[in-house]
Amino acid sequence: MSELLRLSGIRKSFGDREVLRGIDLAVAEGDVVALIGASGSGKSTLLRVVNLLEPIDDGQVLLGGEDISDPRVKPDPVRARIGVVFQHFNLFPHLSVLDNVTLASRHVLRRSRGDAERRALDLLERIGLAEHARSYPDRLSGGQQQRVAIVRAIATDPDLLLLDEVTSALDPELVGEVLELVRELARAGTTILMATHEMAFARDVADRVVFLDGGLVAEEGTPDEVFGSPREPRTREFLARVGGRTGLPPAAET
Amino acid sequence: MTAPAPAVPSELELGRRRYRRRQTARSVLVAAASTVVFALVVWLTLVNTPGWAAVQGTFFDPSVAARAWPRVFQGLLLNLTVLVFAAAGVLVVSIVIATLRTLRGPVFFPLRAIAAGYTDVFRGMPLIIVLYLVGFGIPGLGFTDERPPAAVLGTVALVLVYSAYVSEVFRAGIEAVHPSQRLAARSLGLSHAQSMRLVILPQAVRKVTPALMNDLVAMQKDVGLISVLGAVDAVRAAQIETAAAFNFTPYVLAGLLFVLLALPLIRLTDWYTARMRRREQMGAVV
Repeated sequence: MSELLRLSGIRKSFGDREVLRGIDLAVAEGDVVALIGASGSGKSTLLRVVNLLEPIDDGQVLLGGEDISDPRVKPDPVRARIGVVFQHFNLFPHLSVLDNVTLASRHVLRRSRGDAERRALDLLERIGLAEHARSYPDRLSGGQQQRVAIVRAIATDPDLLLLDEVTSALDPELVGEVLELVRELARAGTTILMATHEMAFARDVADRVVFLDGGLVAEEGTPDEVFGSPREPRTREFLARVGGRTGLPPAAET
Repeated sequence: MTAPAPAVPSELELGRRRYRRRQTARSVLVAAASTVVFALVVWLTLVNTPGWAAVQGTFFDPSVAARAWPRVFQGLLLNLTVLVFAAAGVLVVSIVIATLRTLRGPVFFPLRAIAAGYTDVFRGMPLIIVLYLVGFGIPGLGFTDERPPAAVLGTVALVLVYSAYVSEVFRAGIEAVHPSQRLAARSLGLSHAQSMRLVILPQAVRKVTPALMNDLVAMQKDVGLISVLGAVDAVRAAQIETAAAFNFTPYVLAGLLFVLLALPLIRLTDWYTARMRRREQMGAVV
C-alpha cells in the first residue's frame, strides 16, 4: 500500500514550551492510525500541523509525496484534500445541517448546489439524519452533531481524515454512535489519523497505534504490540493510568 | 400506541393560578393609579407656573401648528429619504472598514492603518463640523459644475461619521465569533475571504443587530442636522415657519414628528432584542 502521509522531524514551540520535538510518522493509504498520549502531549497540535492550521518551526509534511509544509504551497487546496473533525464539533450554527455539509463542496470544489446536496443527503441518509437536513445544529444532540461534523468532513471526499478526540466532549451514552460511524469509515477504507482517549476503540479499529510522550513518538506498533506488550516503561505507565485494561478487546473483558 | 392523556391541571396548580391572577390584577391597578396621580401633579404644577399662559401660546399653538404642517411634513419626507440612503451607505462602508481592520499580515498594514485612522478621526470629530467640511469643502473642489444638492452632501457626511461608529460595532461582532469557527472554516479549505463572507460575518451580524438598530435610531434624529447645509428638511422648514409666525410651535411639531418616526424603530429594536434573548436562553428567566 502506498504511503499517503509522512511527517519527518516536526518541531513546534509555543513560546518557550516545545510541544513537538522532532516527530517522525508515516500513514499508509487506507490505514487507521491512532495517536494516544497524555493531555498536552501534542496530539492535537500534530493534527493541526498536518492540516497546515499550525505553522511548524522545523521538519517536513509530505502528503502524497508533495511537501505541503513548503511556504510556496497554497494551503487552501491542501486543506480541501484533508477532512478534519474537532472535539467540539464546530458546526456552523447559522447554517442548516445540509448547508453545513455542502459548504465546502459548493465553495471550495465549486460543485453545483444540486450535486452537492444530492451527495450530502445521501451521506446524511446513511447516518440516519436525513430528516434533520433542514434543522439547525443546536436542535441536535451532541452525538448527532458530531456525526454531522464527520459527514461535513468527508463530503468533499478528502484523501485523509483527521479526528481530534471526537468523543471527548460527548455524554457517555452518545459516544457509541460516533465511534460506530468512525468504525464504518475505517472499514470502507478511509485513511484516518486520529487523536483519541478511547483506548478500547483504538485497539479495536486502528491498524497502528502511536504513543506520544514529551513531544516525541515514544512507541509505535500494532494495537496488540502497544496495548498487549508495550516495550517502554512510560507506555506501560500511561496505559495503567488511563485504565490499560480498557485496551483489551471487548471479548477479553467479559 | 395510545396518545398520552392531555394534562389536566391539579387543584394545587389551579389555586396557584388564581393567586397569580389576583396578584397581577392588583399590580395593574396600583400602577394605573400611581401613573394618574403623577401625571396630575406634573400637569397642575406646570399650569400653575406664572409664565404658563405665555409659554403655551408660544410653543403649543394649534393654529400655528396646522399652518406649519404641510411644509414641515414635506421636510420630514426629505429626512426619511436621506435616512434610507445614509443607512444603506453606512452598512456597506462600515462592513468594508471592519473587514479591513481584521486583516492580518504585514502586507495589509497600509489598509489596516487607513481603516484605523478613519475610525479614529470620524469618531472624534463632531458631526456638525463634518457636515460643514463636506457641505462646503466638496463643492469647493469643483468636481461638478453645479453645487450638489445639500441633501446629498449631508448624506455623505452622515455616512462618513456613522460608518466609523458602526464599523467598530461590526468589528466587535466579528471578534465575538469564536475562533474555532474560523478554524473549522479554514480546515474545510475555504479562503480567508470565503470564511469571512460565509461563516464569520453572518454570525457577527446576528450578534450585533440590536446595537446596529440603536445606531440607526441615533442616526434618524441626527438626519435633522443636514438643515445646517440649507436642505429644507423638517428642522429647516420649522425654522422658516417659526420666523414667519413669531411662534415656536413649528419646532415642537417637528420634534414630535421625529419622535413618531423613531418609535417604530425603537419598538422593533426592543422586540428583536427580546426575541434573541428568548431564543438563546431557553429555560429560567431571572
